[in-house]
Order: sequence, then C-alpha cells, then structure tokens
Amino acid sequence: MNGEAAAPMVGAPMVEAKALVKRFGDVEAVRGIDVQVRTGEAFGFLGPNGAGKSSTMRMIASTSPRSDGDLRVLGMDPDVDGPRIRARLGSVPQQDTLDTELTLRQNLQIYGRYFGMSRADVRRKATELMEFAQLSERADGLVDALSGGMKRRLTIARSLVNDPDLLLLDEPTTGLDPQARHMLWDRLFRLKAGGVTLIITSHYMDEVEQLCDRLVVMDDGRIVAEGSPSELIARYSTREVLELRFAPGEQGGIAARVAEFGERVEELPDRVLVYTGDGERALEQVHGRDVRPVSSLVRRSTLEDVFLRLTGRTLVD
Amino acid sequence: MAPTTSATTRDATPTASARRGLLLRMLPAPLYTGRARALLERSAMVYSRAWLVFVSGVVEPLLYLLAFQVGFGKLVEEVTGPGGETMSYVAFVAPALLAASAMNGAVFDSTFNVFFKFRYNKTYDAMLATPLGPLDIALGEIGWAVLRGGLYAVAFLGVMAGFGLATSPWALLLVPVALLVSFAFAAIGMVCATFLKSPAQFDFVQLAVMPMFLLSTTFYPLSVYPEPLQYAVQCLPLYHGVELTRGLAVGVLDVSMIGHVAYLLVLAAAGAYFTAKRLAGLLLR
Ligand SMILES: Nc1ncnc2c1ncn2[C@@H]1O[C@H](COP(=O)(O)OP(=O)(O)OP(=O)(O)O)[C@@H](O)[C@H]1O
Ligand SMILES: [Mg+2]
Repeated sequence: MNGEAAAPMVGAPMVEAKALVKRFGDVEAVRGIDVQVRTGEAFGFLGPNGAGKSSTMRMIASTSPRSDGDLRVLGMDPDVDGPRIRARLGSVPQQDTLDTELTLRQNLQIYGRYFGMSRADVRRKATELMEFAQLSERADGLVDALSGGMKRRLTIARSLVNDPDLLLLDEPTTGLDPQARHMLWDRLFRLKAGGVTLIITSHYMDEVEQLCDRLVVMDDGRIVAEGSPSELIARYSTREVLELRFAPGEQGGIAARVAEFGERVEELPDRVLVYTGDGERALEQVHGRDVRPVSSLVRRSTLEDVFLRLTGRTLVD
Repeated sequence: MAPTTSATTRDATPTASARRGLLLRMLPAPLYTGRARALLERSAMVYSRAWLVFVSGVVEPLLYLLAFQVGFGKLVEEVTGPGGETMSYVAFVAPALLAASAMNGAVFDSTFNVFFKFRYNKTYDAMLATPLGPLDIALGEIGWAVLRGGLYAVAFLGVMAGFGLATSPWALLLVPVALLVSFAFAAIGMVCATFLKSPAQFDFVQLAVMPMFLLSTTFYPLSVYPEPLQYAVQCLPLYHGVELTRGLAVGVLDVSMIGHVAYLLVLAAAGAYFTAKRLAGLLLR
C-alpha cells in the first residue's frame, strides 16, 4: 500500500486481487475490489449482509470462478491451478458442509484423504483435531446429533486437517458460545504465530479488532476503507462516543440540539450518538442544555462507528 | 517440518503426483486430480454401517430367477436363443436379469444417493473445497455403483451356474459386462440426478427405467417386435447389455458384440464427462 514496512514480505503476497469482480446473472456481488494479503498476517473483511464478503472468500478459496479482474492466490491463478491452491488452503465456509453420513472422526479422516494424506496421517490428525475442537467424547457419534456450535467447531477443525498455509474463515464464530469463541481466537492466534495467514470475515467488531492486523470494510460489493483497526478508528471516528437513549417518541429533534457538542452526531432509531474527544464533557454540556436522556453511556470508538460513518448504516442491529 | 511426513502430505499436490495416468494428462487440472478413490473410501465408510443393503441387492434378482425357474419355466418350455439354438426359458431370461439388475442397482445408487448428497447435504461442496475436482467426484460415485454392481453380478452368476444356466466358460465375462452396464447406467443416472429438483421427481427416473427393463428383450427375443419397433428397442441402452450377457452365457459370440460394448462405453464416458460438467456448473459458481 503506502510502503510502510509493517510485516516483512516473504516472496509473493498470499492473495492479490486487482479489480476483482463477481457477478451472479444481473447481480454484481463484488464490484472491482483491490486487495493484497501479506504472508503471515491476519486480514479481515468487515461488512453488512450482502456486501460481497462470502463471494470474495469463495473466489479466493478457488471454488468460485471470478467474473472479471485479476486474482492470485499463493502466487497462482485459481482458474488454472485451483487444485494446487486448494491443497494448501483451509476453508471454513459460511454454512457448514459436514458429511452427515459419517461420524465426527470419519469426517476428519476422509477429509484428509481428499487432500491425499496417508491413512496413518489422517488417523493421527483426526485424534489431534478432535481434541482441539473439544469433541473427543463424541468422536464416534454422527454429525447430525451435534449442536450448531459443535458443528461449527468441527468444521473449523476439519479446515486444519491439511496444515494449511492460508486459512479462510467465513464468519467462523457464528453460533459459538462466548467460551468457544475465545477458545477459537486463542487457537487462531497460535496458528498465526506459527506462520499461517488468516483471512476472516465477520459481523463481530470485537472479533475483527482482536484478530486482524488489517481489514477492509466492504459495502455493496465495494471496499470503502482499508487499514488496521486502530488506523481506521483514528481516521474515521473520534476517540470517544457519547450514547444517549430516550423514552420512546422523545428522540425527535434531539440530534440538532446536541450537534454542537461533538464533531459529529448520528441519529439511530433507538439512540443518538455524539462523536467527541471527551465524552464526559459532552454529557455535561448535554445536561446543561436541559436534554434529559433515559440513559447515557460514554465509550471508546469501535469499528462499528467507523462503519456507521462510512456507510450510514449499522453493521449489526 | 519432518521431511518424511511432509513428503506424504505435500506430494498430495496433484502435479507433484508421481502417478499421472492418461486421464490426468488429457484433462484440465481443475476438472480432475486423479483422486476418485477417496470417494470409494468414503462410500465404504458409509456402507460399513449399512451392509444390509448389499444383502438385499444380492437377494432381489435371485428371487426373480427363482420365480422364473419354478414358475414361468413350466409355462414356456423353450425359446430360440442366440445363434438360433433352442434353450430353456429360464436360461434365456437369466443373463438378461443379470444385466437388468446391474442397471437397476446403478441407477438407484447414482440417482437417490447422489441427489441427497448434492441437493441437501452439501457433500460435494465440501469435496470441491479440497483438491478434488468434479470429475473425481463423478468417477468416485460411479465407481462405487460399479463395485456394487460387480458384487451382485458375481453372486448372480454363481447361482446361475448352480442352476446350470451358464453353460459356457465365456459366461465368466458376464461379470465385466455387468461392470460396464453398471458404469454406463450410473453415469447416465448421475447426470439425471443433477437435473432433479425434488424427491418427487424420482418418479421420472422410474418412468424411464421400468419400460427399459420390460422392453429391452429381457423377457422375449427382439423378433417378436414389428420391424420399426425393433429399431427403437435397439436404441435402448439395456438392450445392448442384454445382448452381451445372453450371448456370453451360452458362448455364442459374434462381431456385433463389439458394437454393443462400444455403445455402452460411449454412454459411460459421456455420462461421466457431463456429470462432471454439471457438477462444476452448479457447485463451482
Ligand atoms: N450463488 C449465488 N447466486 C446468486 N446470487 C448470489 C449468490 N451468492 C451470492 N449472491 C448475491 O451476491 C450478493 C453478495 O452476497 P455474499 O454472500 O457475498 O454477501 P456477504 O457479504 O457474505 O453477506 P452475509 O453477511 O449475509 O454473509 C448478494 O446480493 C447475494 O444475493
Ligand atoms: Mg457471507
């Protein structure tokens, strides 16, 4: 990008997309995006429903041909070298594709066999990954009997069977309870420390802030911002945010009355947000103006605010 | 990285594969990576819990055979078989039943099983996220149907021999013919399965298979049809399977058999190829 030597570039970038486009009939899901993911970094795609995250991920996973533009994954062209690329990828699709006719253990073993691993290798790996997913006791049960979160964990475990160089995670933590989420984050950190490149899509701001070195914000098939989480917050938001909630029907006109107390004010259906360097001071000023919210909250800016600023919409309701 | 283990894993990349078969060199890499065997392993895993299906598959055609032996055999004494020889009706029908059961097994395997994996279970989506290509999937699934067909054919042939219905050593070739018939029908069945939208549409499959079973000279010789109909019957794939099995069972061979084999081979190849194309078109969007 701007030449800053953040992570040392080892050879070619993991993923390089130029003017990448994906069309489904008349629908243009991805409208010409430029992305570069470096070896060893954790990269995020953030965006609302229908932004084109999954479409992009599937093109990178070499399971969906691009409609236009240029794409290199691991230095290769997915149209030509799909199988060689996929041999080095791990992929967690948005929707689980577990084999419901097999047991958990068999799921992991046969998946390894698809990658051409030896029987001995897949047996060892399956046991290890079952441990990782904390599903060892269910190893010989069928997949259908698992809860949604357990299935997700198994899908994630399965994506690691071939010791991938690049791991693609499309909303990996949907359906996971907080404990499982943190367990996964911890495991992803360790994979990254081991040199695995991660690409993650998510609706969860905290997830992206925690995990990603860099991210792009996507909206309607386009990239609207790019940078590290802290860079984006610094560039597009203020240090603090004052949230004001009002009784139903009393919010009308408030935004205009408090506008002068912040650099920017956003009005959401259920609250008014005042963007300012000093939230407490702004709250005092609001009270001084005789505005009486039911509740108020001062917090630090997050990527959610960045997103709101960039697209005029909230990411999660 | 330990060089030994990494060698086994990394050689997995298709181009590094030492064993590059003819298909691998002919077909573009994204379509086929030479690992269809992994699907056979998967099927073996699945059926290790459902082996009873195999038993029923072996028993069913045998019941037919028995019915003809003790029933029809009494009503219809003799018919004119291959080469103009007269033969018992059971001996006439038995090889045709072998071909028909190869067809039925293959069609069932490749429509029902494939449909649910393809439409509902996303089994193939998962596979296509690995180095496997659509033709690996097609060949792997067809291969399983062929294995099953082969197993049934061996059992059937054994019983035929026991009844004294296989009178020529050529009858041993019934097994490879059954494999070929299975392959052809599994391949065609799998293409059709990719067009089915709901389980109710399996009736269409039955609608195609049932008349084929009854009309492909299974139960009476081609000569009973009026001439124009004869041509129509000769277009049916099962007809060619039946001609082969019937001839081989009594050791009456002729050059037309090359034509029958060629017909089934073309069907098999075309089926596998179009299955792969359909899977790619539908799943790799
Ligand atoms: N297979 C498909 N056929 C037709 N249209 C599709 C297909 N897949 C995606 N789309 C369309 O492409 C657009 C982008 O979808 P995509 O799944 O990439 O979004 P997303 O960012 O992953 O959304 P979400 O957060 O809901 O997962 C949507 O308008 C969607 O309807
Ligand atoms: Mg998505």
